Amino acid sequence: MTLRDILNKLLGRQKTSASTARERLQLVLAHDRSDLSPELLDQMRKEILEVVSKYVEIDIQEGAVSLETEDRMTALVANLPIKRTLSIASSSEEN
Amino acid sequence: MSPSTRIILICSGKGGVGKTTLTANLGIALARQGVRTAVLDADFGLRNLDLLLGLENRIVYTAQEVLEETCRLDQALVKHKQEPNLALLPAGNPRMLDWLKPDDMQRIVNMLAEIFEYVLIDCPAGVEDGFKNAVSAAKEAIVITNPEVSAVRDADRVIGLLNTHGVKPVQLVLNRVRPKMIASQEMLSIDDVTDILALPLLGLVLEDEQVIVSTNRGEPLTLKENQSPAARCYSNIAKRMQGEEIPLIDPSKEGSGMRDKFKRLMQTKIF
Ligand SMILES: Nc1ncnc2c1ncn2[C@@H]1O[C@H](COP(=O)(O)OP(=O)(O)OP(=O)(O)O)[C@@H](O)[C@H]1O
Ligand SMILES: [Mg+2]
Repeated sequence: MTLRDILNKLLGRQKTSASTARERLQLVLAHDRSDLSPELLDQMRKEILEVVSKYVEIDIQEGAVSLETEDRMTALVANLPIKRTLSIASSSEEN
Repeated sequence: MSPSTRIILICSGKGGVGKTTLTANLGIALARQGVRTAVLDADFGLRNLDLLLGLENRIVYTAQEVLEETCRLDQALVKHKQEPNLALLPAGNPRMLDWLKPDDMQRIVNMLAEIFEYVLIDCPAGVEDGFKNAVSAAKEAIVITNPEVSAVRDADRVIGLLNTHGVKPVQLVLNRVRPKMIASQEMLSIDDVTDILALPLLGLVLEDEQVIVSTNRGEPLTLKENQSPAARCYSNIAKRMQGEEIPLIDPSKEGSGMRDKFKRLMQTKIF
């Protein structure tokens, strides 16, 4: 975000179009580069949440799994706020 | 084939962003620096390079006859009158698309590489067969794009494909740059585009009416000591290709008046 964007925000004006273009491109390229369809990403999100909730109780509402891209590297970023750790988790997985 | 010949694909993904104009101007500019340069029109469907170079009336044979071995390469090459270091190998009939294969492209380019120090390939738009044929013959590439979302997105796709084809190095030219729009942040800046595409910037070309005037005449801007904004941009790019260190300017960072300074301040990225 640039100084002009902040000023525009304070004045209740629209963001500059270059800023919007940048954000939209970053999002669309993250998807293009990984070649993941939104449906597949959604399915992956569900399965990741399932696995993680075996170990910790997470805030499903707040949790987000998304794609981010920088320097032509795409990363899968999971942001899953933990409510509490489930104590049984570690032993149940062995053998 | 001469191992030192630079075989450069000029591509963009999206159509109409300035590939052919760049190829014509770089061809002339390099020739004027004394290097033997060939430009190959690989846009067999919609050929235009002959027109931009003003050579459309001098075509006798094309790449097609060379491949079919009904003429020699030197018979098909069209030498530029004012800049005899430059030759065009014209595209053949669009029906060539039915049978042309990557092998054919490689054969043609290898023949050119025997004679010339630079081979610039004007790539067709898209990422289909025409692109695949052209990329198979290239060693390095220049990706040209405009500071617009669709062009940048398509450029990104092409960069991915160039990587999988092992084409290296790949450099970026940003075309149709409008400094005023960048300053008011209504156009993606140079940094925005290079950051997003993560490519080294070979140069930028300003939006310039003279480009149209020059295509009307079939005389690329680099043909004369032309001082129009785009002309200077094109010749700077050619000089950088030859290893000269010409500093890059970011037009949005130019200007020393109060207004310019204020605009620059407003571009400061906070987060
Ligand atoms: N820097 C510039 N300033 C103004 N006009 C430009 C500039 N560069 C290119 N143009 C114009 O943009 C149009 C498309 O250019 P050009 O034919 O070189 O694109 P292209 O990428 O080869 O297109 P295609 O994909 O159809 O082969 C032309 O009308 C040209 O005059
Ligand atoms: Mg073209």
